[in-house]
Amino acid sequence: MAPVISTNQLTKRFGQFIAANALTFEVDKGEIFGFLGANGAGKTTAMRMLCGLSTPSSGKATVAGFDIYTQTEKIKQNIGYMSQKFSLYDDLTVAENIRFYAGIYGMSTPAIKTKTNQLLQELQLEKEAKTLVKALPLGWKQKLAFSVAIVHDPDIVFLDEPTGGVDPVTRRQFWDLIYAASDKGVTVFVTTHYMDEAEYCNRVSIMVDGVIAALDSPANLKQQFNATTMEDVFYELARNAKRKAD
Amino acid sequence: MINLTSIKKSYNKGQIPAVTGISLSVERGELFGLIGPDGAGKTTLFRILTTLLIPDEGTATVDGLDVVKDYAKIRSRVGYMPGRFSLYQDLTIEENLNFFATVFGTTIKENYHLIEEIYKQIEPFKDRRAGKLSGGMKQKLALCCALIHKPTVLFLDEPTTGVDVVSRKEFWDMLQRLKQEGITILVSTPYMDEANRCDRIALIQKGSILSVDTPKGIVDAFPQDLFAVRSAKTHQLLRDVRDFPGTDTCFAFGESLHVTFKGDPRPLIPWLKQKGQADATMEKITPGIEDCFIHLLKN
Amino acid sequence: MRQLLTFIRKEFLHVFRDRKTLLMLFGLPIAQIVLFGFALSNEIKNSHIAVVDYSKDAATTRLISRIAASSYFDIRRSLAGADQLQAAFKKGDIKMAIIFPANFGDDLQHTGKATMQVIADASDPNQATTITNYLSQIVTDYNTELAKDAGQPMQINPETQMLYNPELRGAPNFVPGVMALVLMLVCTMMTSVAIVKEKELGTMEILLVSPFRPIYIIISKLAPNLLISVLNLVIILLLSWLFLDLPVKGSLLLLITCSILFILTSLSIGLLLSINAQTQQAAMMGSLMGMLLPTMLLTGFLFPIENMPLALQILSNLVPSRWYFIIVKRVMLKGLGITAVWREMLILTGMCLLLFTISLRKFKIRLQ
Repeated sequence: MAPVISTNQLTKRFGQFIAANALTFEVDKGEIFGFLGANGAGKTTAMRMLCGLSTPSSGKATVAGFDIYTQTEKIKQNIGYMSQKFSLYDDLTVAENIRFYAGIYGMSTPAIKTKTNQLLQELQLEKEAKTLVKALPLGWKQKLAFSVAIVHDPDIVFLDEPTGGVDPVTRRQFWDLIYAASDKGVTVFVTTHYMDEAEYCNRVSIMVDGVIAALDSPANLKQQFNATTMEDVFYELARNAKRKAD
Repeated sequence: MINLTSIKKSYNKGQIPAVTGISLSVERGELFGLIGPDGAGKTTLFRILTTLLIPDEGTATVDGLDVVKDYAKIRSRVGYMPGRFSLYQDLTIEENLNFFATVFGTTIKENYHLIEEIYKQIEPFKDRRAGKLSGGMKQKLALCCALIHKPTVLFLDEPTTGVDVVSRKEFWDMLQRLKQEGITILVSTPYMDEANRCDRIALIQKGSILSVDTPKGIVDAFPQDLFAVRSAKTHQLLRDVRDFPGTDTCFAFGESLHVTFKGDPRPLIPWLKQKGQADATMEKITPGIEDCFIHLLKN
Repeated sequence: MRQLLTFIRKEFLHVFRDRKTLLMLFGLPIAQIVLFGFALSNEIKNSHIAVVDYSKDAATTRLISRIAASSYFDIRRSLAGADQLQAAFKKGDIKMAIIFPANFGDDLQHTGKATMQVIADASDPNQATTITNYLSQIVTDYNTELAKDAGQPMQINPETQMLYNPELRGAPNFVPGVMALVLMLVCTMMTSVAIVKEKELGTMEILLVSPFRPIYIIISKLAPNLLISVLNLVIILLLSWLFLDLPVKGSLLLLITCSILFILTSLSIGLLLSINAQTQQAAMMGSLMGMLLPTMLLTGFLFPIENMPLALQILSNLVPSRWYFIIVKRVMLKGLGITAVWREMLILTGMCLLLFTISLRKFKIRLQ
């Protein structure tokens, strides 16, 4: 089966500064892929390119089978995206948010209705359908945001630090949702600062100073670096990073 | 040094409760951690203690001074680092530090020894504007600005949020060294693993305290035996263990699952092997702060 | 297509759930219609004029009564001599003066022609033109009336003199008005935004939790704006002098002193506006909406205040730029001294002190 993401020497330069340097990797269908790196390592730059939001300086890549230079619109239609800072409109209700995002992705009206009911049931938010999102506790917002990101059943969903600041129980409930999506064949591309979450991934890549310094399953990485936890692996790689200033 | 007695605070005329009856005390020279997720009430407590908010009910004192009546005195002797590293984005590192030193009626030279170790790390960039710094560097600069006037108490509201693991570690190393100078430090963080670096911690969720103790004390108070269960098929394992009738609680913790049992734990492994988890292992472990937090949340 | 509709629908929801913006979106047009439709007009009514009648004959008396009867004019003074006119004009008590020479009636009877002198205050050239035109109309009608009685054409010629602004240039009216508007807007906007910016950034929190007294925060926010505004003022005056041929006729020192007074008043309004605003955007909107409309409409340089409904006239007394506008016209255009503007200065001083006191009291030393 063709990989959902395939990159070859993908690079982004800002003037003299090389934010992402010759990234080459593949992500398979249904994989939970952890994309780690310190602040300034180039994670956000890489993600933006893969989502079709930023044009690379050089190199090749396809996402969901579409070329990231010439078919960015097709990419956007076939991916989901959730960021920590924003995903839902605070002054719209739960149902309105679902309807909005479903509509944006071009779902038909009957499909939207079915999907809305389904989501509300799955998340146990039926009673909150008409509540404004700003009144929801953070944990519920996060779970709703994730469901909304995959409302149109995309091939792959990009999650940018989705569990920041959330309590430990909700965090795990969130990962239950990620597992459920992965089981359905949705590929999950997630960045996180929680090292235990790195363990939940099938494979993990760690970016340092704009390059991918390591890419493998958590088990193999720990063996490779003689470490007991992913935190130690990360620390080992990141602490000598030159780009601490940026 | 810091005392909170039955503090209550809500927003929007009582519609949004933020803190619902918190009592707490922090000893002089302690490194005290306030651990809890977003929305737990940490920032509200900090703002009450730094005299920026008046509690609806209850009293609070800092260094013997009342937060409502003696606010001016408190304001001149505490150091405060609010969330979001509030710095002047278009001033350089050096200009920011100079400004805050002057505002507190001192100079950088006077208390340089306090910030020296931290400042040396960012000194090479002292002419760079604060807006162009990385998260880790902003953090260090903000800490310097909060320390420059030699406060007796340091309030750090989520100083490590959004910053990478390496910088977080370095930051806590710096805090340990500051503690040796005799400064009382109250830190809030959502990261459970940072709890172990504090003298004592308070676990807080939804406006109330779940527990206050030393990290060891909290761990010792965990009521059941805790086991780490592992196998190659982690994802499937989660389902299997949850299906096991003897399981009380089961939570994912990275590579392994942390499980408590209603009765005898031993039947689990044979049961798992029967389910196809040939390489399943189980061992008794000491709970961590996160395990305790989850346990306290459920009760 | 469906995507477009979905997005549009969301935008509607946003707008209708934002009460403050909604108030502005609907409130503003309604307010404007009411104001412009009913309250404000360029029509001149009840202009204060003075009449000096050296002739005191039947002809002058009848003409004067015609003028008095018209709703356009309000004869404030029946003066004995023309020497008193200067003072009245300088004070701004009258907008126009009509002088009938001693042999008005005789000339009219014997030659069928007579002249009357008309002096108009042209510091507002539009106003001056309008009222002299009204007067001409009345005189022409009177001419016709007399002609009917006498059976021969009668011609009374008003000889008009435009005071202070003989070329009827717009600049003398417009420059003081713009000065008031610009200084007011810049001061309120810049001050309110500067203070709210600290709140938004979060640095206000740190400043509050420090020995730095709140009053120093205020002074340091106001100081650069004061300086910049004075520089702005100097630039405007220079430009007026060099390019618009509008020098300062009176004392420059007095003008600058009064301007600083006005600037301080505007700064304190900015301070007051910043207290309740949480975002820079709200501060800007508040300054614009709150100050632009009243300043433009109620200062008196676009629409004469005397012709507004009583309610608006009273309201205009509360607008600081109205008083500043008067001061500038008197000092800059008419070359008057402190004796002519001390009342207005006192009013501005009072406003300034009051606003500062209120702002200082209400300045939030805490976060809520």
